[in-house]
Amino acid sequence: MKCRVCGGEACISLRAYNTALCRDDFISFLEKRVSATIQKYRLFEKDEPLVVAVSGGKDSLSVWHLLSKLDYKADGVYVDLGIGDYSEVSLAKIKQMADRLERTVHVLHVRDIFEKGIDEVARVIRRVPCSACGMIKRYVMNRICVDKGYTALVTGHNLDDEAAALFGNVLYWKDEYLWKKSPLLEAKEGHLSRKVKPLFLCSEREMAAYAVLSGIDYIYDECPFSRNAKSLEYKAILNKLEGESPGTKLQFVKGYLRKVKISPVEPRELSYCGTCGYPCYGDKCNMCRLLERLKSVKGMEFAEYNGGCPDESKAMMT
Amino acid sequence: MKVEFDGMTHEVDKSMEVSRLLQQFSVSRETHLVVVNDRLVTEDHRLKKDDHVRLIRVVSGG
Repeated sequence: MKCRVCGGEACISLRAYNTALCRDDFISFLEKRVSATIQKYRLFEKDEPLVVAVSGGKDSLSVWHLLSKLDYKADGVYVDLGIGDYSEVSLAKIKQMADRLERTVHVLHVRDIFEKGIDEVARVIRRVPCSACGMIKRYVMNRICVDKGYTALVTGHNLDDEAAALFGNVLYWKDEYLWKKSPLLEAKEGHLSRKVKPLFLCSEREMAAYAVLSGIDYIYDECPFSRNAKSLEYKAILNKLEGESPGTKLQFVKGYLRKVKISPVEPRELSYCGTCGYPCYGDKCNMCRLLERLKSVKGMEFAEYNGGCPDESKAMMT
Repeated sequence: MKVEFDGMTHEVDKSMEVSRLLQQFSVSRETHLVVVNDRLVTEDHRLKKDDHVRLIRVVSGG
């Protein structure tokens, strides 16, 4: 297959666009697509202090790398869930990227706060690990923005993540979530940070190819708790459709973005946690309840890893 | 050729196109990338007997 731009040997075929590209032209294509998403949805400006929610996977490390290439200033934040080797390897990959980009990564160790890993924390509050993980991550990611003055939290959610979530929300008509999907979730001043998804229109396959072609060393293993996740089933169904009709996922998500403008749903009324100020539906947020319940005395303390600095100032600082 | 797939290494004797190899391992081009001798390749790439192939799963999430 030949590259549609330069005529050289292609390394990836993009059937949704009826094209094939070589390494350099694919990287350029993907970076232009992300840049266009940032501009079109007004996600953030060049001089804003950003923080990327990193997991060690292809999407978050790629978006961090990509933003740096596009000359945006972004640090990282990682929640170490205390899942043995999986968490350790993930953190090693993240530090490697922090060194490459010469940026800081903030790390919150769940075991330091609760003296338990995520699976034990989940058991205490009678949730599945993914639910407890989501709750803690949403809180922590927001907290780092509010505490350290980052104006937006960047996540690596890609087209397939959005299509799968949308598919699940339509399938079960989850009105409370259905109309909330967007590349940009606005901030609530002083309480909730702006959340942005520059990879909203980039497929998972494109992001994996970008990581491979850019020499990004990411963790291939899946979180051991995500193996039976519903979203993986939805992705399998959508990928089968995509195989038969290329462009299906893109049409699905783009069609949604066109419709969402005319289908607003009144949000439930929020209040704010009396202890920390985080938005919640009662007088105290779930995280503060959890800290109380597990009698955590340490509170929310981040370690810092300064990538690219000389060894003595690189060590984790709290 | 040696084919790394799902944490295991398999030996495949016959030379074939990448699309045929994907079929043989029952995976689709939507869910897997194919890296041959450290180079990403398209589905029409012809594999040789001494190639080192990696099938990389692209789907993640929870």
